[in-house]
Amino acid sequence: MRLYMIIIGMAFVTYLPRLLPVFIVDHIKLPKRINLWLKMIPFAALGALIFPGVLSVEEGVPLVGFIGAVVATIAAYFKLHIFYVIFSSILSVMIVKFIFIN
Amino acid sequence: MDHSSHSIHNMNKPSTKFSKENKSEFLRGLTSSFPIIIGYFPIAISFGVITLQSGYSLSFAFLMSLFVYAGASQFMAINMLLMQALGIEIIIATFVLNFRHFIMSMSLMNKLKSFPTIKKIPLSFMITDETFAFLSLAKEQDEKNYNLYYIGGLLIGAYSAWVSGTLAGGLLAMVIPPSIGNSMSMGLYAMFIALLIPAIRDQWRMGIVAGLSALLCILITNYINPGWAIVISTLIASFFGSYLIKGE
Repeated sequence: MRLYMIIIGMAFVTYLPRLLPVFIVDHIKLPKRINLWLKMIPFAALGALIFPGVLSVEEGVPLVGFIGAVVATIAAYFKLHIFYVIFSSILSVMIVKFIFIN
Repeated sequence: MDHSSHSIHNMNKPSTKFSKENKSEFLRGLTSSFPIIIGYFPIAISFGVITLQSGYSLSFAFLMSLFVYAGASQFMAINMLLMQALGIEIIIATFVLNFRHFIMSMSLMNKLKSFPTIKKIPLSFMITDETFAFLSLAKEQDEKNYNLYYIGGLLIGAYSAWVSGTLAGGLLAMVIPPSIGNSMSMGLYAMFIALLIPAIRDQWRMGIVAGLSALLCILITNYINPGWAIVISTLIASFFGSYLIKGE
């Protein structure tokens, strides 16, 4: 039940910013500073989402997630498709876990 | 379906098949959404797989894609759920991350002023980074792309790919053995990295903003719970970031 409340809440807060302009587009102009701030948010969010979370991919062994992140970064840097980035990163984590933990 | 014979069939029977212009505009939009579909489908599959591997149900994954329809936020929600974040933290973080769509919607609706409000209400739900970018670029080439039915076709194509991809991924997850599933949580971070790195390649300053945000998050995560740490780091780092790009 709690999970479905989260979906409803998320649906509300994602739809509202998309819907509101339909009604107010004629009446408002955002300051330039706010505009720039909003533009930066996705990049900042990604940074905070990746670190430190990625280091806890394997409980107590931060190196595992770190290696996975390095592999993903290299794959993404060479513009591999997102599917290969995810796949290679998961594979590297599996290999590292197999070698060092088992 | 046999694609080659299908297209030949269409060539022999041109647009007369669609007597209404709206219908053909809609189909033109659907066709244009193809590159976005190619991009969305695998990401949606990943979302379905990761959500189920994280221990949540297929209906949870499906309903989230159906009603929330916001790629990065959906991955973030699963991530935060795994960190035991509170529901309200997830919702606020989603709001912060997606408020940028307000800007995109403002820009798009500004160009659709002449169309009836009732038709713009469902369209606005399907605005995403990619569909907005596509429509903004298309505009410079061709004004006729600001047709309500064309845009409708484009947006519905992308949305369908997202929802059906989630279902496909959820079903796929059910046949993946748990030994592999244990490493799937890395997939979430790989997805974030795959979104971030190309943006940094294009504009290195974005890397500074992301790095600053990560550093802040590492510093404060010991003192407050991880959900709030992400929201606060994002707001502070992006605020500084807005000064960084002012010179351009």
